[in-house]
Amino acid sequence: MTEAPLLQVDGLKKYFPVRTGPFGQVTGQVQAVDGVSFALSRGETLSVVGESGCGKSTVGRSILRLTDPTAGEIRLDGERIDTLPPRQLRAVRRRVQVVFQDPFSSLNPRMRVREIIAEPLVNFGLARGRAAITERVAALLDTVRLPGEAMGRFPHEFSGGQRQRICIARALAPGADLIICDEAVSALDVSVKAQIVNLLADLQAKLGLALLFISHDLGVVEHLTHRVAVMYLGRIVELADRASLFGAAHHPYTRALLSAVPLPDPAARRQRIILSGDVPSPIDPPPGCRFHTRCPFAFDRCRSEAPALREVGPGHVSACHLTHEPGEALALPAAATGGA
Amino acid sequence: MGTSLAAAAAPMPGPVRLFWRGFAENRGAVLGLAVMLVLLVVAVLAGQIAPYSPIEQFRTHFLAPPAWAPGGSTAFLLGTDDVGRDLLSRLIYGARLSLLIGLSVVALSLSTGTVLGLAAAFAGGVVDVAIMRFMDVVLVFPSLLLAIVIVAILGPGLFNAMLAVAIVTLPSYVRLVRASALSELARDYVTATRSAGASTPRLMFSTVLPNCAAPLIVQASLGFSAAILDAAALGFLGLGAQPPTPEWGTMLAGALQYYQRAWWVLAFPGFAILATVLAFNLLGDGLRDALDPRLRR
Repeated sequence: MTEAPLLQVDGLKKYFPVRTGPFGQVTGQVQAVDGVSFALSRGETLSVVGESGCGKSTVGRSILRLTDPTAGEIRLDGERIDTLPPRQLRAVRRRVQVVFQDPFSSLNPRMRVREIIAEPLVNFGLARGRAAITERVAALLDTVRLPGEAMGRFPHEFSGGQRQRICIARALAPGADLIICDEAVSALDVSVKAQIVNLLADLQAKLGLALLFISHDLGVVEHLTHRVAVMYLGRIVELADRASLFGAAHHPYTRALLSAVPLPDPAARRQRIILSGDVPSPIDPPPGCRFHTRCPFAFDRCRSEAPALREVGPGHVSACHLTHEPGEALALPAAATGGA
Repeated sequence: MGTSLAAAAAPMPGPVRLFWRGFAENRGAVLGLAVMLVLLVVAVLAGQIAPYSPIEQFRTHFLAPPAWAPGGSTAFLLGTDDVGRDLLSRLIYGARLSLLIGLSVVALSLSTGTVLGLAAAFAGGVVDVAIMRFMDVVLVFPSLLLAIVIVAILGPGLFNAMLAVAIVTLPSYVRLVRASALSELARDYVTATRSAGASTPRLMFSTVLPNCAAPLIVQASLGFSAAILDAAALGFLGLGAQPPTPEWGTMLAGALQYYQRAWWVLAFPGFAILATVLAFNLLGDGLRDALDPRLRR
């Protein structure tokens, strides 16, 4: 990877103020995203995984500039986009598009499919005149494998999977380089999920799209991603290519997540790491390693010193004080595993 | 290209037909609509339908009873008032005024309310607080009392009365628009449209507003009757339309002292107000039921 990455995120932070009391004093901050850095190249898929509330969606929304980051830099093709004024933001908006989780609320119920997909074309001035727009919309519908007659219909006449195809067509319409899929397949049935994932993979191969795939479903992620970033409480704890992460995870949290993915083979056995307790509040995150309150392998250093991301293999970084090799089994200090 | 396919498939009921199906189920609403249409025709054709001019005085027929009552004549179907004007003609011309009042008041408060409500929802922060607290202040006063104060400041007259009623009814529109806009703003399609490059005015008026239309239409039709009622009340108090304007509320005020001798001078304008207000309320209820998105789709 010698050329500059398409998307470069450095030290991204997003704090939301907590207001309490009758006059709304700021009494604390939700550290939704606290120092996240990664890069994404053209034609590459980076998945961001983590449990609810770990800040993965906030990362996506910050890149889309739907919320303004508190600190950090976001660059698209080397150009900073986190400080762009609204006027110049439009050009960026054209290149970064989004597909949301809920296909039922992400399409305007009062618009026909043609108008929905034509909206970015018209707003960005990419097609003029009825005939040109209709032609583009038909081509886009064909790209996402929907019939051209879908154009004249309303969103409520479509199933969840079909709606998600419409959302993808809308995201493709302005010729985006990067599509952020915020839990884009989480609300779909398994079979439909597979269709949409395959469609995204095909589109990526055909159009050279970069995908930022935000998900909590490791099964889906394994199927389509190139690299994976695992987030916990606003920080990336491990980032690796797919083979390393799924084959030889380093961070105890990643291992716990992986051990929770159901295996399709009923005879398969493996070491399960069952996490106890809840995720600590991002308003008052624990000192040291943010995961130490739930980590079965935590020791003294974890409680006082936050681990930095360090390289544990080629292109594989992990934020953990433990010195084991990736993939190496960890000895437990106490009986915290359930050997299923 | 796919039109033949679409035509071959079972025809989807269009939104209009779907709406009508829901609306027609409600008999009261259909009745309200019928009354409203009759009123509209009467108002438009007042010059052709009315037997006399609304201000023409027949010096020989003071307080003539309606045609079917003893002493009545077919010359004055609903009788005459204390200065000998034909009641039927005055009521017919009054319909024109009442519809005009309802229409202007609703148009004024709906448009202003929509703009203020959308501004509050989109801007948030200080703008939101300023607009909404001002609306709260307006709501604090009993509406008729506030309308009287406004008319007292501006001076009596039909136009000022309409303005006063529009100001008094404004908060309900602002609140409604703001609330629906906020709930729509939280939905993903607005975010998606924003990232599809839509400007804020476009987002306001062509993305969010159409999705707030259903409650607004209902509120407007109910507001229509409230406006007529309030304007009639102001007229009754002598603050609205001034005599000899044939406004229903003003007619009531002028006839009050004759209620024992000539019931018709009070009953017919009162009934006209009742029927109109009832019709618009029924219509509004029917619209609410038919437009409720939770009952459709």
